[in-house]
Amino acid sequence: MLATYLLKRLVQLIAVSFLISVIVFMLVHLLPGDPSVTILGPNDTPQNRAILLHQLGLNKPLVQQYATWLGQVFHGSLGQSYLTHQQVTQIIGQGAPVDVELIVLSQLIAFAVAIPLALVTSRRPNRAVDRTATTTTFGLLALPPFVLAPILVAVFAVGLGWFPATGTVPISQNLATNLHDMILPSLALAVGSIAVYYRLLRSDLIATLQEDFITSARAKGLHPRRVMLRHALRPSTFSLLAAAGVNIGSLLAGAFIVESLFAINGIGLALVDAVEQRDYLVVQGIALVIAVAYVVIQFVVDFIFTVVDPRVARG
Amino acid sequence: MSPRRHTVDAFPDADELSDPLLQVTDLTTAFRTPRGTVRAVDGVSLSVRRGTTVGVVGESGSGKTVLSRSIMGLLPPHGVERSGTVTFAGRDLTAMSAKELRSVWGLQIAMIFQDPMTALNPVKRVGAQITESLRLHLGMDRGEARQTAAALLESVGIPSPEKRLRAYPSQLSGGMRQRVMIAIALACGPRLVLADEPTTGLDVTIQAQILDLLGQLQDERHMTMILVTHDLGVVATRADEIVVMYAGKVVERAPTATLFADPKMPYTRALMDSIPRLADPSGTRLATIAGRPPELIDPPAGCRFAPRCPWAQDRCRTSEPPLRTAGSEAHTFACWYPLTNGRPSVPVTHDGVAP
Repeated sequence: MLATYLLKRLVQLIAVSFLISVIVFMLVHLLPGDPSVTILGPNDTPQNRAILLHQLGLNKPLVQQYATWLGQVFHGSLGQSYLTHQQVTQIIGQGAPVDVELIVLSQLIAFAVAIPLALVTSRRPNRAVDRTATTTTFGLLALPPFVLAPILVAVFAVGLGWFPATGTVPISQNLATNLHDMILPSLALAVGSIAVYYRLLRSDLIATLQEDFITSARAKGLHPRRVMLRHALRPSTFSLLAAAGVNIGSLLAGAFIVESLFAINGIGLALVDAVEQRDYLVVQGIALVIAVAYVVIQFVVDFIFTVVDPRVARG
Repeated sequence: MSPRRHTVDAFPDADELSDPLLQVTDLTTAFRTPRGTVRAVDGVSLSVRRGTTVGVVGESGSGKTVLSRSIMGLLPPHGVERSGTVTFAGRDLTAMSAKELRSVWGLQIAMIFQDPMTALNPVKRVGAQITESLRLHLGMDRGEARQTAAALLESVGIPSPEKRLRAYPSQLSGGMRQRVMIAIALACGPRLVLADEPTTGLDVTIQAQILDLLGQLQDERHMTMILVTHDLGVVATRADEIVVMYAGKVVERAPTATLFADPKMPYTRALMDSIPRLADPSGTRLATIAGRPPELIDPPAGCRFAPRCPWAQDRCRTSEPPLRTAGSEAHTFACWYPLTNGRPSVPVTHDGVAP
């Protein structure tokens, strides 16, 4: 039954990815302007522009352009940049690892803070600790990364000098330095997640703790810590998991703010540059990869649901 | 392999035979709510002799579930006030620390919960829920605990126990789940079992099976039991003694045969009249008790049953009847105008329950 469930989700995943590829393609071509302006400069003749567009295949009907592009995609090529002639796959290959690292670190920080905090406060809701945590996280929720990042830089980089304000070395070069450099960017990205995760888990835990099976677990003489970790936590993680799935997906696209503030060369920055230059194939390639990654994450979350609660796969 | 083998008796008793295993004295349990303090259990005393079954009977809201949780000390951590003493095997449970209590829960005293649909953790396998207390209290290793759990499932009448250990509660029927609950409760060989409406959520045919199973296991394992129910019919053949509760108080207590032969309190009589009888012609309407139990935030003065009692007199509404004995020490009741062999000594004053 689990296999059927996952197969169903896999078919959905493929269908959604296809739809996304169409939408991405359409959106890119809806943007005013075209790459000829960036390549030839604003003052070239219309004739030269037409020749260039013909060479790039951009004068053909959109459907035909899409078919050509999709054919390439199936052959594992996302094309190359009109401007730098770099392979799109190569651009993604260079930028993606740092994004993945940024997101993984930020989520580890978020879970490491949110889960213990929720476990502690949900046992005694509306007490001092709970009120403080709830108010603080609510405040943090109102702080977007582009506000928080400069504050973090001002305090921890410029003021205390604990971390560099910008830049990082590749993870392959020096792991320790890399991790150290990534702390502030990850933290800037994590704060919003902490607030959301904490609040969702806290309220689900409070509800779970009212359940009869918690009383029956206590009646066995289990230590309260074991009751929380082994009986209450797992059935309380549904909202948390669902939110994490959506959140990680949007971080993929949203990390570029943090990237640009901390001068980290991820695919977010590459995407923004490509949009400005109407470098269609780069935009399409990156957007497609982000979209598919988003869908894959949802798929993974769905799978985790079936592990957390066996009733999901059967229901 | 019997799990009793592992039981460590932490409570050596001075006088095994004559002392009651459980002695509850003047137990009061009150919940603080925004609307006021609710005294769900109000000055309850009872004692349970070793190896016997005491039935605690009352309508929903009579405080019987809170009583059983309060005896065990299994109450919400906040917003509850409890007074009185609960002496179990010579030790006062109300004076124990949380840690000491946990060493009693599951090992010495176990509880069977009302609703097996909600009292089992839906995301844990049945096996893990049984082995948990075996490993905690009896220090078994994984393999030993698993074998014992399978034996327990077999003893509660679950076929192919090895397979069931791997099942999740949602894969089992209601009756099967209640059997699992019983297996969990009996895992460490407790001396006292508190069964809180163990059959209420089940089909009638399954109810009898579960009650018979409980009785059989009780005999085999020499357990003492408190059977909490709203159904006097359930305890009629299974309890040695019956305690009738109304609005948080004990209103009558007697050996089962005595209670059925000579109920003193009109409420007890009303509960009896609501048991269906095979001898009744078909189509006979069951007697019901008009009205509802009183609010426990501000209980009525006098006898709490007076507003619903067909024989209530002025005195009943102003002054609360104390518990007194009827004939023997074993039979106590709280009523100003007790029944004699089920018959009233005063005329009907309003049409509550027509006798």
